[in-house]
Amino acid sequence: MLDFLGDRYEQILFSSWQHFSLVLQCLLMATVLAVVIAALVYRSPALTGVVNSVSAIGLTIPSFALIGLLISPFGFGVLPAVIVVAFFATLPILRNAVVGLSGVAPTVVEAARGIGMSRFRTLVQIELPLAWPIILTGIRVSAQMVMGVAAVAAYALGPGLGGFIFSGLSRLGGANSFESVVTGVVGVIILALVLDLLLVGLGRLTIPRGIRA
Amino acid sequence: MPERTPARPADSVVTGAGILLDHVTKRYPGQARPAVDGLTMEIPAGKTVMLVGPSGCGKTTTLKMINRLIEPSEGRIVVDGDDVTQMNGDRLRRGIGYVIQAGGLFPHMTVATNIGIVPRMLGWDRDRIAARVDELLELVSLDPEQYRDRFPKELSGGQQQRVGVARALAADPPVLLMDEPFGAVDPITRLRLQDELINIQDELQKTIVCVTHDFDEAVKLGDWIAIFDEGAQLVQYDTPERILGNPANEFVENFIGSGAGLKQLTLTRVGDVGMAEAILARPGEPARDVLARIVAAGHGHAVVVDSRERPIQWLSRRKLDRLQTIGSTPDPGLPVVGSRATLSDALDTMLVSSAGAALVTGRRDVFRGVIDIKTVMDAIGRSQDTAAMDSTDAPVGLNTGIFGAVTTDEVASADTPGPGTGTGDTPAAQ
Repeated sequence: MLDFLGDRYEQILFSSWQHFSLVLQCLLMATVLAVVIAALVYRSPALTGVVNSVSAIGLTIPSFALIGLLISPFGFGVLPAVIVVAFFATLPILRNAVVGLSGVAPTVVEAARGIGMSRFRTLVQIELPLAWPIILTGIRVSAQMVMGVAAVAAYALGPGLGGFIFSGLSRLGGANSFESVVTGVVGVIILALVLDLLLVGLGRLTIPRGIRA
Repeated sequence: MPERTPARPADSVVTGAGILLDHVTKRYPGQARPAVDGLTMEIPAGKTVMLVGPSGCGKTTTLKMINRLIEPSEGRIVVDGDDVTQMNGDRLRRGIGYVIQAGGLFPHMTVATNIGIVPRMLGWDRDRIAARVDELLELVSLDPEQYRDRFPKELSGGQQQRVGVARALAADPPVLLMDEPFGAVDPITRLRLQDELINIQDELQKTIVCVTHDFDEAVKLGDWIAIFDEGAQLVQYDTPERILGNPANEFVENFIGSGAGLKQLTLTRVGDVGMAEAILARPGEPARDVLARIVAAGHGHAVVVDSRERPIQWLSRRKLDRLQTIGSTPDPGLPVVGSRATLSDALDTMLVSSAGAALVTGRRDVFRGVIDIKTVMDAIGRSQDTAAMDSTDAPVGLNTGIFGAVTTDEVASADTPGPGTGTGDTPAAQ
């Protein structure tokens, strides 16, 4: 095991970094996308219902199946991996963003409008900051989930630690096959923990003292 | 009350602006009856106008149409002579203070940020905003050093409400709208906040429009009270004295509730009615001398004051008879009222004490005189006389829903040339 790690030291670090970076970038994209969609729908109960159903149903799609479907239009490589990871990352954030935005007390929104804030300014200065702790919780859930999804994305020859897992599994019983799988899995777990810590730190920095639990 | 009511001389610094609601109607889709039906109402500059009525009567809708949080379906809103019905709603609202129940503070912002938010939208520079925040915190009796950087959740309900008022006043708007401002605080805090609002208003002379369902609050705060029935039908729009003394109809009578006479007592402050003199005594004096003095003056009691003129005991002839020298122990059950207290508070204190009278203290608790039940009765009589006078100086307030007679031009020409000054010569509604 140690020999395996020692020999492929650089490759493992590089794949870990790629995996991490794929997840981080997709997470960023997903957050922006989810917040924009949530901001568009949260004031309409009908649209909110639609969005909630979509995110609930979306999460039941097996990621492996989705990536298989995406290979035919987009081919192998980074693109299908990014699409799948971003898609799954968006769903929990979207759900929390809608819940967070509709959970802002109506009196606070009325006060904001009453002192002359425009709709947009109310959203940016009042509603989003107040919903942020809940959105961030969604981002953390999302981050944990898509760490695994990103590993599956390696099936489409996407970047990251998934490569170790798939190559190990495909020649199970062969030399170093077990070590390869373990490296991939443990690497993903470590990355997930690191990212979660970073997100907790982000919360500390960005959630104002007035609304911290 | 007398110093705050109708004909205030024109030279006092009124910073408020007059408001005119001109045939304003609000219809909601899918509702047969309009929430507000053809309401015309003049709100004089620098006055406090209370909108009261049962819940669902449209008083809050009326209030929110003034800053167009709710857009009127028909009619015009005129503020300070300018028709604001078509202007940008957000810009209009930045120029009008708005206070809601529990302050409506933004929980993620500090007290200072909350208060400074409107000036920041108006593009004030940082130093000016900081100075203004401190000034306003002083105005609402909060120490800037201590409270500036707190978050709303670190304040009590009353303090939050104070910050809410400070935020509404931040950009020095001529008009302040308040929607049940003191509904969420306990009764004792509410009384204190009401007193503070009266003091602030004495100083600033804004135009305040305040919605409440508490008639006593309306009587206490209002220069004018507008009583609404369903569909924002304006039933009576007059001074508290005249509404109490001369209710327009049975609806108003019911709304006032029992004890209209007692409520008139909240209109007058102890310091504004005559006080009786008292024979003073000092600790250490021989009781016999004091007794001789009150017998000579024909009084029944003597008031013992300490070295700073604060009352500590109130001795009857019989007690004095039994004493050798006057003691210096303060009597905890002494019936004392401040000169800023209402007659209602004074009466309350008197009824508790056995003497049927109360001691009045001024600044720093210095003894000022004695008020008795007879003085209170006289005050009730006087305010009933005032109520019987003609209400020719009342501002315009009517519903086309019932009257339908006054044209837009008449009302507009009476008001627009000089906002707030056109009060006197316009024909009253009722």
